[in-house]
Amino acid sequence: MPIPTSSQTVGPFFHDCLIREGENILVRASEHSQGIRIVGRVLDGAGEPVTDALLELWQAGPDGVYPGYDAAGNRSTATADFCGFGRAATDAEGKYLFETLKPGRVPAAEGGLQAPHINVAVMARGMLKRLVTRIYFDDEPATLNDPVLARVPGRQARASLIAQRQDDATVPSYCFDVVLQGENETVFFDV
Amino acid sequence: MIIPSRYRREIPGTQPDLLHAPYVSTVLRSPQRPLVPLEHSLSELTGSVYGHELVGPNDHDLTAQHAGQPLGQRITVYGRVQDENGHAVPETLIELWQANSAGRYIHKNDQRDVPLDPNFTGTGRTLTDKNGFYRFVTIRPGAYPWRNHYNAWRPAHIHFSLLGPSFLSRLVTQMYFPGDPLLPLDPIFNSIPDEKARNRLISHYTPEFDTPGQALSYRFDITLRGPLETPMEV
Ligand SMILES: [Fe+3]
Repeated sequence: MPIPTSSQTVGPFFHDCLIREGENILVRASEHSQGIRIVGRVLDGAGEPVTDALLELWQAGPDGVYPGYDAAGNRSTATADFCGFGRAATDAEGKYLFETLKPGRVPAAEGGLQAPHINVAVMARGMLKRLVTRIYFDDEPATLNDPVLARVPGRQARASLIAQRQDDATVPSYCFDVVLQGENETVFFDV
Repeated sequence: MIIPSRYRREIPGTQPDLLHAPYVSTVLRSPQRPLVPLEHSLSELTGSVYGHELVGPNDHDLTAQHAGQPLGQRITVYGRVQDENGHAVPETLIELWQANSAGRYIHKNDQRDVPLDPNFTGTGRTLTDKNGFYRFVTIRPGAYPWRNHYNAWRPAHIHFSLLGPSFLSRLVTQMYFPGDPLLPLDPIFNSIPDEKARNRLISHYTPEFDTPGQALSYRFDITLRGPLETPMEV
């Protein structure tokens, strides 16, 4: 049985290849009723900004269906307006920004539904493989009953996965920091 | 309903650890708490069909993206992308980036005192064909120094990025060249505990693939994570 090829770090020089203008704007948030903005910083174990990180999002649309699939998860030939995939690089202050649609609820592994969430992969120089985390939303009632969150030990750890709604914005905006290491470390998943 | 089958888990030793102290930058960029196991749901088993429209006619040929030819040893890099079951991964995007023959990236943060090449950008992309094969034409990248330890040089390498069919099949890696004396000294290459897995990142020189007199050919096969063969009924 072939064994998967080993990962290596994305390094500091990926931008000219992997980052294309506008790939962090999946939709213009102001132009959609379900449009949201997600902002945050990536921080290292010393609390310093990580200025050369790459973030990738993969998410369902507001209908709870992954773009390119039907509701049961089979490949669909229907063309989706919403691609569900985005990339952003952090800036000189370690900040990133995405504009997208608020995802709907998708089926859980053990049946039932998961709370709305966005799947996130984080890569950077100094990271030999990607880290996987999830963005949940503090204004979604389903977040309290999500089966994945329920298995994360510790209230503070669970809180690291929940983006905070900011109330001073023209479009619904959420703050989600990724802390790679330390006291406020973000929860990362073994997938 | 039938949901797509779960993927196999990582085979111990075949992937680098997040903390590998000889690679100094991992020390502050690796989590200290254990990763939380996640059961695979549609969130992980689905994935983006990304980038097909991005691929232009010269994107696989890094020697044909400018008015003139880049300096350096022209090479062909090719291979097959498969999953863990040995099935071809067709029509998937491969993105690639590398230093020029002097060992410098076009990147704004690479200000080393060796020349940029006006005829070389060092980025490419292509799709695998229906049998999972891909092919790039480029020049052999130079080694470059970095600050990890005294007189540290990265072995010549090409960065590869593949999405594959799902969120779980995502791979970012680096391809190396056979016989490079820097390989035993490189903490990034040596971060993979299993020697066989490590050595699979070294391409093979394959003279039989060459168009005589045109380019040296290196084969680099890639295996992406894949599903268990039997779909589960839920
Ligand atoms: Fe590099």
